[in-house]
Amino acid sequence: MENFTQHYGLVVPLDAANVDTDQIIPKQFLQKTTRTGFGQHLFNDWRYLDNDGKVNNPEFILNKPEYKDASILLTGENFGCGSSREHAPWALQEYGFKVIIAPSFADIFYANCINIGVLPITLTAAEITELFKQSKDSLQHLTVDLATSKVKSADKEYSFTMTPFHKYCLENGVDSVGWTLNKIAKIESYEAKMPAWQ
Amino acid sequence: MASTLYEKLWQNHIIEEKADETPLIFVDRHLIHEVTSPQAFANLKFHNRALRHPERTIATMDHNISTRSIEINAAGEGAANQLRTLEKNCKEFGVELFGMGHKNQGVVHVMGPELGLTLPGTVIVCGDSHTATHGAFGALAFGIGTSEVEHVFATQTLRQTKAKTMRIEVKGQVAAGISAKDIILAIIGKTGSAGATGYVVEYCGEAIERLTMEERMTVCNMSIEFGAKAGLIAPDETTFAYLKGRDYSPKGELWEQAVTDWKQLKSDTDATFDSYLTLEAKDIKTQVTWGTTPGQVTQVDNVIPSPEDFSDPVERDSCVAALKYMGLTAGTKITDITINKVFIGSCTNSRIEDLRAAAAIAKGKKVSPTVDAIVVPGSYRVKAQAEAEGLAQTFIDAGFEWRLPGCSMCLGMNDDVLTEGDRCASTSNRNFEGRQGRGSRTHLVSPELAAASAIAGHFVDLTTINSPAKGA
Repeated sequence: MENFTQHYGLVVPLDAANVDTDQIIPKQFLQKTTRTGFGQHLFNDWRYLDNDGKVNNPEFILNKPEYKDASILLTGENFGCGSSREHAPWALQEYGFKVIIAPSFADIFYANCINIGVLPITLTAAEITELFKQSKDSLQHLTVDLATSKVKSADKEYSFTMTPFHKYCLENGVDSVGWTLNKIAKIESYEAKMPAWQ
Repeated sequence: MASTLYEKLWQNHIIEEKADETPLIFVDRHLIHEVTSPQAFANLKFHNRALRHPERTIATMDHNISTRSIEINAAGEGAANQLRTLEKNCKEFGVELFGMGHKNQGVVHVMGPELGLTLPGTVIVCGDSHTATHGAFGALAFGIGTSEVEHVFATQTLRQTKAKTMRIEVKGQVAAGISAKDIILAIIGKTGSAGATGYVVEYCGEAIERLTMEERMTVCNMSIEFGAKAGLIAPDETTFAYLKGRDYSPKGELWEQAVTDWKQLKSDTDATFDSYLTLEAKDIKTQVTWGTTPGQVTQVDNVIPSPEDFSDPVERDSCVAALKYMGLTAGTKITDITINKVFIGSCTNSRIEDLRAAAAIAKGKKVSPTVDAIVVPGSYRVKAQAEAEGLAQTFIDAGFEWRLPGCSMCLGMNDDVLTEGDRCASTSNRNFEGRQGRGSRTHLVSPELAAASAIAGHFVDLTTINSPAKGA
């Protein structure tokens, strides 16, 4: 996993609540056996007018030329709800998103982001509304600093919280499987005490 | 200290809980399928790591298989590649696989319980969000991503943040003809689509206790649809009777020990939850979703809501967008909405009791000439039983297509997809935009209402038709 310390990037405001993982990456693109090849299909049904992904929908915000290099997705509540498919954060990451800012995330999606090194940031509804307004008024760049848990705009700072272990894993690009395998003695000791039916 | 059922399950599975690390818990059972496992197996191989407990891992093929043929190639090249990859990986790592046409093959959340692989007091995970289904047995069961699948493969553990607890009580008894699907949709209608994010929900109350195991599975299955990490129902005599003698259930002395332990699995009477919700069962009517999230639901004798009905601006905007996508006008009576497709199946509603309930409505009737209706049993065992009981013939005689088991049109990864503008009464669990096919419109309903709508060509108030209703 790539490590994450700080990121400066352009915000794209996707003003919708309950964006589910079927919208982020529709099922017809889940037949790969690799972790790559999903970015081109990100938000497929909103992004393309045709079924082959050749004709852009000019109305969809990611297709607007000014947002071409966006790397911070600003969005509505309950982002990433529905299917547990990790293909959704894979698609967002491959497209170029490093950070997603929302008032709330679905639990499985949040864990999937942490596990692949995409930073999910939760801010209050009022802060999100403020950021949406600014991002819609003019192109907005933000600096996200994980060590201090701050999101900084040109004139304001927003604080977010994250568990210390999630932060540690992101900052250091921790191989979580390797980390747990170092505790194999503890796992063995648990297994030795389990009831026989279990 | 008094504990909730969730807290007991958590405590029984903690391997390590430290201030500066996410807690580490043991996983008893890992269910896998073709779509979310290949990248996890690939990483395991890349790192030259072993699969710690192949005997605790069970694989099936369900998500993108054809429901017309048991040929592995029948659902296209991409699907076949995933299915073959699963076969190869299971062989290489010693994992038991219920492949194409195997008598135990089925939708993962139908297969696990019916084989007795799902046991109370265990932690069960699967790379699929509807793993919450298994909570019906008092198991802590939840969906995980592929990186977590890999973590379970290598370590038989997961890192999990402890969830908050919510108690949902359904008091009293439901009216005749009200199904478990109506109960869970009514709950989601109250909480909204994210009402339980961050929580593990325990369902209780007389209406829940009276449910059969299959009905409890329908309730727990949709816990994820209002954001819950997991749904739980305390195991009781109904649970033990269901599990006794199943292929993988403990036998003999082990069974006795297990039941003794399982009887402890309930929330203490003085335990406190972080959140409470109470519903009166008698108030629950037949439910139909009208929008593009499961929380956008109403009762069949109602009308399509108007954006002005919602005070919350986010809900109001969501209503506007949903009505546009669904091609519906505020004020339209639900029973005036015509449908042209019906899907009876999915891990929510494809078990034998679901098929019996739908067949009871369909018996002696004909599917409307304007409707295409398919019935997809949840597993080969369900299929065999439905055929033996004559349910399959009832469906065929009424004009339904009787298909092979699989996830099918719930997510449309195979060729069971709707086309743009199709309107479907579906017993599945998600009405998201494009879920059953780009531009298609899904209304989530019970098996009874799906069958009745197939015959009428539109939604019908089940209380107005003369039929032997389930639970009557």
